[in-house]
Amino acid sequence: MTRAGTAPIIALEGVAKTFRTGTEALAGIDLAVESGAFLSLLGPSGCGKSTLLRIIAGLVAPSAGRLWRGEGELAGRISFVFQEATLMPWATVAENVFLPLRLAGARRAAVASRVAETLASLGLAGFENAYPRALSGGMRMRVSIARAFVTEPLLLLLDEPFAALDEITRFKLNEDLLRLWQAHRCTVIFVTHSVFESVFLSNRIVVMTPRPGRIAADLPIDLPYPRDEALRTAPSYVEQCRAVSAALSEAMR
Amino acid sequence: MKARRLELVAPVLVGVAFLIGWEAVVRINGIPPYILPGPLLVAETLWRDGPSLLGSLLVTLRITAAALLAAIVLGGAIAVLFAQSRLLEISLFPYAVILQVTPIVSIAPLIIIWVNDTFLALLVCAWIVAFFPVVANTTLGLNSADRNLADLFRLYGASRWQTLRHLRLPAALPYFLAGVRISGGLALIGAVVAEFVAGTGGSETGLAYRILEAGYRLQIPRLFAALLLLSAAGIAIFAALSWLTQRLIGHWHESALPREE
Repeated sequence: MTRAGTAPIIALEGVAKTFRTGTEALAGIDLAVESGAFLSLLGPSGCGKSTLLRIIAGLVAPSAGRLWRGEGELAGRISFVFQEATLMPWATVAENVFLPLRLAGARRAAVASRVAETLASLGLAGFENAYPRALSGGMRMRVSIARAFVTEPLLLLLDEPFAALDEITRFKLNEDLLRLWQAHRCTVIFVTHSVFESVFLSNRIVVMTPRPGRIAADLPIDLPYPRDEALRTAPSYVEQCRAVSAALSEAMR
Repeated sequence: MKARRLELVAPVLVGVAFLIGWEAVVRINGIPPYILPGPLLVAETLWRDGPSLLGSLLVTLRITAAALLAAIVLGGAIAVLFAQSRLLEISLFPYAVILQVTPIVSIAPLIIIWVNDTFLALLVCAWIVAFFPVVANTTLGLNSADRNLADLFRLYGASRWQTLRHLRLPAALPYFLAGVRISGGLALIGAVVAEFVAGTGGSETGLAYRILEAGYRLQIPRLFAALLLLSAAGIAIFAALSWLTQRLIGHWHESALPREE
């Protein structure tokens, strides 16, 4: 099953970023992301992949180059998940998930069922009135992902969201994320430094070089969806991981 | 549970031992009450003069409460104003510091000359002492909102007001409350100092003037009794504000988490 359409949802042309401190984070990035893709940005720490994600989100302005986004259409339809859950500690789980809708001017009563459905889809039913401090790291990340999906985003950006979680939790969240991506039919750009995670999730992997970050390889991953636990031991998966690993080693050289 | 009981028993034991030692020193050395009265005499005086002192305490507490309220409202408002514009903050903050570091004793006479109404003059003095912690803490709190959360608000196109209402104000609340707790004690100190300087006699007399008066008349036990009331008032204010803090942020803030043994 191929989900990737042909029309790009975002495109970058010669994008570079040099910080005021003189650090060159990104150089000459050309990238078009087709609508419906699950794309992973793979690279070592400090290769500027987070910066690239922030540029795509519009949170950071590039120093050079152009960023094209399906404006209008994309306005208010981009969600971002950080490495930390980044919840409001003073607000309950339900209030945290309600936040993006509230900022868009929605009334609580009008979207109550939507918030409840989103919470349920992430296994958070029954935790509506809990405060973040009472939750485990994995549960907090679930709230963070629920907050991202509640707006029914067209573009979902994730910045190493599972890096701080234990492997069991991470595997479970990987599967949940895939399930939600397929249900919502959105485009995902996922930043990670894990080869295994990127292969398991994506249908396209962009490998980046260390600072300044450049695109070293652009690999399609031809593994069928839906993917589940069984895939992690499948020969085809191992084969793809080996290929991506080789590309990453090449990029690091 | 055992540790909790110890937390209560240990300071009480120290207090009782101190009082017994004090009484013993006074009796053994035959120290006259106009130099140092024993705790028993102070307690007796407090019982006898209590009603008349209580009226004065009420006057002082009225000024304290009004000053604290003004510090909370105006201090909070100034901090929110600072948070709206960095230029405003860097232009005005030094003057808030100057007002804070200038000893109130030295400006109180001026204020008492300028402001005709005594209550208002005392209120202004106490406010000057009390407002700074609220301003400084709340400003810090408003600028301490999580950067990533702020980015998220930006991404979702939050207005300035929405960001203030749903992000910066809640993030500042613990800082604000810590400031208020400090200001509570300072408001009392400010009120007392201002009363000392103003030296107002007559019917509407605060506790500070009662202390001065007792000192002039060498009624040292009465002085101690008034002091005792003043400390009790300070402790009560602190306890009340701590309770308020717990009520407002206890359900989410880290500082209110019960510590694991």
